[in-house]
Amino acid sequence: MSTQGGSTRTIAVVSAGLSTPSSTRLLADRLTAATVTALGDRGVPATVEVVELRAHARDLADDLLTGFANEPLRAAVDTVVGADAVIAVTPIFSASYSGLFKTFFDVLDTDALVGTPVLMGATAGTARHSLALEHALRPLFAYLRATVVPTAVFAASEDWAGGDRAGADGAGSPLADRVTRAAGELADLVAGRPPAAPADPFADPTTSFEDLLRGGGT
Amino acid sequence: MPIPVARFGPVVVFSTTLGAVMQFGIFTVSDLTQDPTTGRTPTERERIKAVLAIAQKAEEVGLDVFALGEHHNPPFFSSSPTTTLAHIAARTSTLQLSTATTLITTNDPVKIAEDYAMLQHLADGRVDLMMGRGNTGPVYPWFGQDIRNGIELAVENYALLRRLWTEEVVDWQGKYRTPLQGFTSTPRPLDGVAPFVWHGSIRSPQIAEQAAYYGDGFFSNHIFWPPEHTQRMVEFYRRRYAHYGHGSADQAIVGLGGQVFMRRNSQDAVREFRPYFDNAPVYGHGPSLEEFSAETPLTVGSPQQVIERTLGFRDYVGDYQRQLFLIDHAGLPLKTVLEQLDLLGEEVVPVLRREFAALKPAHVPEAPTHAARVAAAGGPTDSTVHADGDSVTGRAPGERREEVEIR
Repeated sequence: MSTQGGSTRTIAVVSAGLSTPSSTRLLADRLTAATVTALGDRGVPATVEVVELRAHARDLADDLLTGFANEPLRAAVDTVVGADAVIAVTPIFSASYSGLFKTFFDVLDTDALVGTPVLMGATAGTARHSLALEHALRPLFAYLRATVVPTAVFAASEDWAGGDRAGADGAGSPLADRVTRAAGELADLVAGRPPAAPADPFADPTTSFEDLLRGGGT
Repeated sequence: MPIPVARFGPVVVFSTTLGAVMQFGIFTVSDLTQDPTTGRTPTERERIKAVLAIAQKAEEVGLDVFALGEHHNPPFFSSSPTTTLAHIAARTSTLQLSTATTLITTNDPVKIAEDYAMLQHLADGRVDLMMGRGNTGPVYPWFGQDIRNGIELAVENYALLRRLWTEEVVDWQGKYRTPLQGFTSTPRPLDGVAPFVWHGSIRSPQIAEQAAYYGDGFFSNHIFWPPEHTQRMVEFYRRRYAHYGHGSADQAIVGLGGQVFMRRNSQDAVREFRPYFDNAPVYGHGPSLEEFSAETPLTVGSPQQVIERTLGFRDYVGDYQRQLFLIDHAGLPLKTVLEQLDLLGEEVVPVLRREFAALKPAHVPEAPTHAARVAAAGGPTDSTVHADGDSVTGRAPGERREEVEIR
């Protein structure tokens, strides 16, 4: 495929894990490392910005009430909205994404992630929660009109044991294979697109006011 | 089509004195909120009377502007702002009456044209308006509209409103209102000059663009969002104002909101205001008073602190024409609000007037007033439209009576 390689891309990682260390962050890191490697294979250098939502739990609650992001949250939102791709990982609580994870995407403008390549990941204590990625997260990003890669990565507690096929470094485990495949899909999307241009709501309008007027009365 | 109108001679006395360099005042959203320190919620009658007292007090302490919100749901009373403002007009003599805001989306622009031209006559020109789209979702369907058309409604309705004020006979067809053929909005604007219009929006650049296109004023709410956001909106409006050829960017007409609570001792102000802040309907139970004060222009402290913070607004919006403070919300009792007005009038605004005036370059326009706008238009014109017909039958005197026989 043709690549728009060369210029550095930014990968924003949104992790909604609550404990420290968290398996959610662990999965996010695995996805991120694999994506950076996959981009490198395609000749695309990348930088990574991690947003730990736990640090913004109160900021997010304030935003729900005041309608604006305070300074620390604004920095996090700008990082995610301005990135070339987003890796979003949440623990599964009560059969869905965590409230903290959802709140972060609730406070974004509805068109903030339109077209942005997204890789989804989730963690839980048991594999029985794995389809929450498909019935909860994928519709969320579909609503936001993000471009989500086909492979979503779920890690249950037992996946960290590596599975039957794992080698000494974990390579060859079902989880590692999924991580590699998903990262490759994300890297293909990112490498095939021009770098994200920052959106400026205060740029001079592309639609003239006369056009707006013509859309209305005569 | 304009009909020639007679000019008054130069002896005509303007309705109000020529403008202040900068106007200071208050705006209210007309909320009936429980006082969290007493548990008491005012009745509609109490709150309405309180707002009337607040407006009169604003004039007594030397403020320039009183602006009233418009809402169509509890816990607000102000569904009929021109009724309230007309009452205040009759009880005041210098106070400029404005709105915060007039719903340009869900009101019929014909009714806005009629109501506010009427108010202009009653108030001898002491009237301007601030257009807003409204942020209460159900108000749109209650008035037969769709909130998703908010910007389009604001654009179409305002374009019609302007024509109703400037053209005597209007033929019009649009998307959102029934067409008009041969319609004349009465009374005509006082002295042939329509009320000045501000456009208010917290976050829509399209509304700043609308204000710039017409050379109208732009008012930034400046309560709910950080100063950096206000700065970007105002910068955009100023740049577009210049783009549309109304003057240089620093000649655009800018107004700001603001929120203050004062006591002589700043500790007392914080202690007294905190329960009102913590339980305020809009932002209560969220950030602390200290956090919100750091993130937004809210100032709770001594009059001197309010003076310093307010003078600092100029650093990020430039020289501006109108400063309105919100002082009567969140259940604050009338007595407290009147004390706030005393502090504003006696200690804060005189200093702000002097300091802002000293800083303002000569080419930056003063706050718009009816008198100044009439003078700019070359003096008052009587724009009364005398119908041909008499008042009873609608027929001109001597007009032959035509009877239609129905067969």
